[in-house]
Amino acid sequence: MAGFSLIDGPAVALPQDNIDTDQLIPARFMSVPRKDGYGPYLLHDLRFDAQGAPRPDMPLNRHTDARILVTRRNFGSGSSREAAVYALVDFGIQAVLAPSFGDIFASNAVNNGLLPARLPEDRIEALLTRLGTDSAAMTVDLTDSVIRLGNQVIPFDLDPIWRLKLINGWDDIDMTASHGAAIAAFRAAHAKAAPHAMLEATV
Amino acid sequence: MTSHPRTLFAKLWDAHQVLQREDGASLLWVDRHLVHEGSHHAFAKLAERGLPVAEPALTIGVVDHYAPTRDRDRIGDPDIARMIRTLEDNTARHGIRCFGMRDPRQGIVHVMGPEQGLTLPGLLINCGDSHTSTHGAFGALAFGIGATEVAHVLATQTIWQKRPRTMRITVTGALGPSVTAKDLALSWIAQLGADGARGHAIEYAGPVVQALSMEGRMTLCNLSIEGGARCGMVAPDDATFAYLQGRPFAPTGADWDRAVNDWRELATDDGAEFDREVTLDGAAIAPTVTWGTSPEEALPITAHLPDPAKLDGARADQARAAMDYMGLTPGQRIEGTPVDQVFIGSCTNGRIEDLRLAAAVLAGRKARVPGLVSPGSALVKAQAEQEGLDRIFTEAGLEWVASGCSMCVGMNGDLVAPGNRCASSTNRNFKGRQGRGARTHLMSPAMVAAAAVTGTITDVRPLLEGRV
Repeated sequence: MAGFSLIDGPAVALPQDNIDTDQLIPARFMSVPRKDGYGPYLLHDLRFDAQGAPRPDMPLNRHTDARILVTRRNFGSGSSREAAVYALVDFGIQAVLAPSFGDIFASNAVNNGLLPARLPEDRIEALLTRLGTDSAAMTVDLTDSVIRLGNQVIPFDLDPIWRLKLINGWDDIDMTASHGAAIAAFRAAHAKAAPHAMLEATV
Repeated sequence: MTSHPRTLFAKLWDAHQVLQREDGASLLWVDRHLVHEGSHHAFAKLAERGLPVAEPALTIGVVDHYAPTRDRDRIGDPDIARMIRTLEDNTARHGIRCFGMRDPRQGIVHVMGPEQGLTLPGLLINCGDSHTSTHGAFGALAFGIGATEVAHVLATQTIWQKRPRTMRITVTGALGPSVTAKDLALSWIAQLGADGARGHAIEYAGPVVQALSMEGRMTLCNLSIEGGARCGMVAPDDATFAYLQGRPFAPTGADWDRAVNDWRELATDDGAEFDREVTLDGAAIAPTVTWGTSPEEALPITAHLPDPAKLDGARADQARAAMDYMGLTPGQRIEGTPVDQVFIGSCTNGRIEDLRLAAAVLAGRKARVPGLVSPGSALVKAQAEQEGLDRIFTEAGLEWVASGCSMCVGMNGDLVAPGNRCASSTNRNFKGRQGRGARTHLMSPAMVAAAAVTGTITDVRPLLEGRV
């Protein structure tokens, strides 16, 4: 995964609380292999009516070039399904701005190069009002941890560990490979301290 | 020797930390890694990189999310058959033990793990499922992870985490009659919010928690994620050890004695500090039901729905949208709301104690609406049948089916039809969770049984009087 420090593109509003991962991708679409693409399933039941017709009032249907999503608290709560992140990423979303995120979702997002940026509720409400049902050109700057919209510069919160990871495009499996000796030493000591923890693994 | 007093969480974390990076991220050792059909993305990532599974003996597979609850010998839906076959193939290829469709120990991963003694105090347990917090009931550090992390654990038996903050929820007094761990959980989530415990590891403590059975503690810890917590846990005690002793994968003989001695040391030390403390009065908790589309939208059975006109901007929008989806009106009483069907089961409330309590309500009574009862595991099913509970359910008119995640998540085809209202012993009332347009009311299995008997959302307390 390539690192990045700047996201430039249209932002759209999704003024709803508690958008859970079941809404981000309904369970019935989750047996699809990733290579087939998850974009069409993003927020499927919000974007499409029961007959499969796109709802015209849904900003993501009007602005399919959206790169940044502004939404309300507890975004991505619920199920740990990483497919919720695949749906956002495959649709083209690179950053989500919200007052809070589900912990597992936020972690999954960072693992797939999607930025979960936290802003205070009043800032989010102001952005939602400003965007309405339109889109607006926005820049998200990871280096300075700010959003630029018109002449406004708004700071956002991101765990410093995640900031570094996104900027550098770090892959955890590669990173862990360099700690092989420490893991082996830990394993040996752990097997001694808590033998029942090892089941029948060769000690 | 004196040392700094530590919380249960800190002891578990410290015992699993391989190293800490300069930026603060910790690499933790994983004792048990549970995988299910949904883990196909992670196995695919591993295959892409040509990596083996680091510790096949510490990895355990089980079919649950897509497990059909009827006609298991001929699975009609090719997608479901493929999902199950993929797990069975992946685990076989990597030499991983798997409780497959024909295994008598098959069940929901968070029911099966404790039942088999794979879940033990002091362990770090991961699974690509948010309700992994369930296993914290045994004094384990257990949390759900995403597919990239599942691939990482498969490849390295470790996981990178940043240390969460700690929060203790102390429940004082005693729960009233027919009030369960489910009511306690929904009650704290309603108070603190669905993101109220975000970024925190919760320890549940106090007399009410100590008095809960292991089943009750599992229900409580299971729902930690619905309040946004990273994990939930209860200090192991005699009830924990009594539950585990003799389980197939629990240690035996001198190893058992030694383990119990170590596990007794895990409890939070006197004077250890938490980042946040919350105290609840157990006696003030009534049977609790959700009315909206987030677990935080829950009320005592005696209460009325809120009036969005009296809420502020975003909260008013949320309440209006939820009432619109649920087909309810502002200010109405929640009790008496007619339901179309009921469901008893799931990793939250599909254990033997849950079935016993629901059966106590239903014994000698008829259900006015159709419903499904899916035990949490094949062993729970066998136990219930031995006790004659299945007959109580079927004589009441409910359908008794095989074990799996079933109608909690609908992946196996057990769905609630659009617009239908379901009284459900599950964990999520999200829009579309039980099927597109389905209206879910979360409640305890006893309350679900009461809804079945009256055909409406009902206070179970009078129905259980003299029966338990």
